[in-house]
Amino acid sequence: MVHRTFRGLAVLSGFALAVGLTPGLAAAQDDMVTEVGAGEGQVSILAWPGYVEDGSFSPDADWVTPFEEATGCEVSYDIFGTSDEAWTKFTAGGYDVVSASGDLSFRLFENGYVQPVNLDLIPNYADIVADLKDQPYNTFDGVHYGVPHGRGANLLMWRTDVVDPAPDSWTTVFDPDSPYAGKITAYDAAIYIADAAVVLMATRPDLGITNPYALDETQFSEAVALAKQQQSVLNEYWSDYALEMEAFRNGDSVLGTTWQVITNFLLLEDPPVQVANVKPVEGSTGWSDTWMVAAETPNINCSYMWLDHVASPPVQAAIAEWFGEAPANQKACELTANPGHCDEFHAAAGDPFWEDVWYWTTPREECLDGRTDVQCVGFDAWLDAWLEIKGG
Amino acid sequence: MTGAEQTRPRSSLSRRLATYFYIRPRLQLGTLLAAPSAWLIVVYLGSLAIMLVTSFWSYSASTNEIDQSFTLENYVEIAQSPAMRTIILRTVVMAALVTAATVIVAFPIAYFMARVASPRTRRLLVVAVIVPLWASYVAKIYAWRLIFSEQGVLNWALEPLGLRGPGTNEIALFFVFVYLWLPYMILPVYAGLERIPGSLLEASADLGGRPGRTFLKVTLPLAMPAVIAGSIFTFSLTLGDYIAPSLITKTIFLGNVIQQKLGQAGDVPFAAAMAMVPIAIMVLYLLVARRLGAFEAL
Repeated sequence: MVHRTFRGLAVLSGFALAVGLTPGLAAAQDDMVTEVGAGEGQVSILAWPGYVEDGSFSPDADWVTPFEEATGCEVSYDIFGTSDEAWTKFTAGGYDVVSASGDLSFRLFENGYVQPVNLDLIPNYADIVADLKDQPYNTFDGVHYGVPHGRGANLLMWRTDVVDPAPDSWTTVFDPDSPYAGKITAYDAAIYIADAAVVLMATRPDLGITNPYALDETQFSEAVALAKQQQSVLNEYWSDYALEMEAFRNGDSVLGTTWQVITNFLLLEDPPVQVANVKPVEGSTGWSDTWMVAAETPNINCSYMWLDHVASPPVQAAIAEWFGEAPANQKACELTANPGHCDEFHAAAGDPFWEDVWYWTTPREECLDGRTDVQCVGFDAWLDAWLEIKGG
Repeated sequence: MTGAEQTRPRSSLSRRLATYFYIRPRLQLGTLLAAPSAWLIVVYLGSLAIMLVTSFWSYSASTNEIDQSFTLENYVEIAQSPAMRTIILRTVVMAALVTAATVIVAFPIAYFMARVASPRTRRLLVVAVIVPLWASYVAKIYAWRLIFSEQGVLNWALEPLGLRGPGTNEIALFFVFVYLWLPYMILPVYAGLERIPGSLLEASADLGGRPGRTFLKVTLPLAMPAVIAGSIFTFSLTLGDYIAPSLITKTIFLGNVIQQKLGQAGDVPFAAAMAMVPIAIMVLYLLVARRLGAFEAL
């Protein structure tokens, strides 16, 4: 009896000690981690759907179990549908690692939610394609804040049995007199305003937009006006890709923005949904994701182990195929089940496909295109404008 | 332990407590209600109070911090933003239309159940009304999405007639809401109609009241509190719902703004202020209902 009480007390005080020590540890990480020690036994991950799979969705998709067996780090994970949702979840705390697109990574860095990552401790970083290293969405003030994960472009998809002629321009989804009015779809996030800006870059050279995430007051209000006008021809805004698939399958949407993986899934259906996609002539928005580590994580060693695991060729190959994007690790291309995967998704270093793809980046008041004579519109204004656009 | 003590059960603790409470009925009642009322006050009213307080704070997107000093800026923004006003108006109009439609559909069904149907039919009907509530609400909305979709069953059924469904828009959403909340109207109205004593209706008939007059002068006023009770459900459920609008339409309603501000922007104070709007609308609604005498027959 006495012993049990004593043991309980010991556990309790040990816990209190651990809790008390955590801020101290975090403070000590001011600079950077210099070695990866023994795992803490668990790691909590916040990721895009499809990035963390433990076999529970499909037995074919499981790169968590091997990780847990190798490291002893128990993985718990949570998913999000937009970068804005990820922002709210991650900043509320409790996560060690996050897969952040460029429209999230800077916000996390700027507000001190993530810590620098010592890439010397990530052996697989060496094989990451050069295009994705040292980018403005993963490296701030010359300091690396994460490991590149992979990239993709937002594409224009259409039902080939309905839409004729085949579109090759984003203007078709912003056309108020579109013959497909009421059957057009758009992505449901504030960052979609950049898609309108990409169109304006081509159609309104007088506005002088050089980067769809660096919009001054005038440029921004034009982009918002275009997005508002688009609202009337839309069927719906999507952020859940299963819903977009269903809309195309049923013919509720016949034209609109998509991800390669959605097109692939629709073509694989029986009977296949007759869709095709293209990267329009104006270029496109897209994403390039980064695995980042929470500033005050109590599980720093398991976090580093996950970063290296997820950057390894087999896992990169598995995720790239499962999600439908270009892997960051070049060696993954030899391991994909579909040998043509990396070609289809333009994974090679220096592939010209990416030249006119604008990776999602957090808009800020200091213009990202280098202009200093004007102030650009910050992301909070983008969020407000988005409500206004959708509110009609 | 001695035998003498065992023969005096009255002195045991539980007996003494029982006596203590027996002679203090108010204390007895208070103790019995302490736990449930604490739950009500802390969990329901407490969270509402916290929400009210939060709505006077402000959020800075650039620092992701909540400033806990008093400000009216969220309410000013709601009042001044044309988008917010449109959204609120749209939501209230939808809630009013949905409520009116559920009353029109529910009243005859409830009347039939309460005053016409045999006890056996009545039981079957009650079950028929309640069973849909057992199914997942989200699954039902998804089902409606499919029904209204371009190649859905509705367009398929209307095609031979040369007609088309409304598609996935606000009109479809209206039907979905009416479907979803109908049981919440039928059940209170049924209960209200069932409570009306038959003798009152007979008295009206004896005094020469024709069925129509009896209905308007006797049945309807007596059923009014039940209708109001049902309309509180349908009205407030429509005001707050965000899942059906996001799955059925491209437009956003009050609930979607709250969801977006809370779940996407992290602007808790604005979301709290926005959440006070339906509460204020419901309070106004109840005051108007009371003024119209809806509760006098209670």
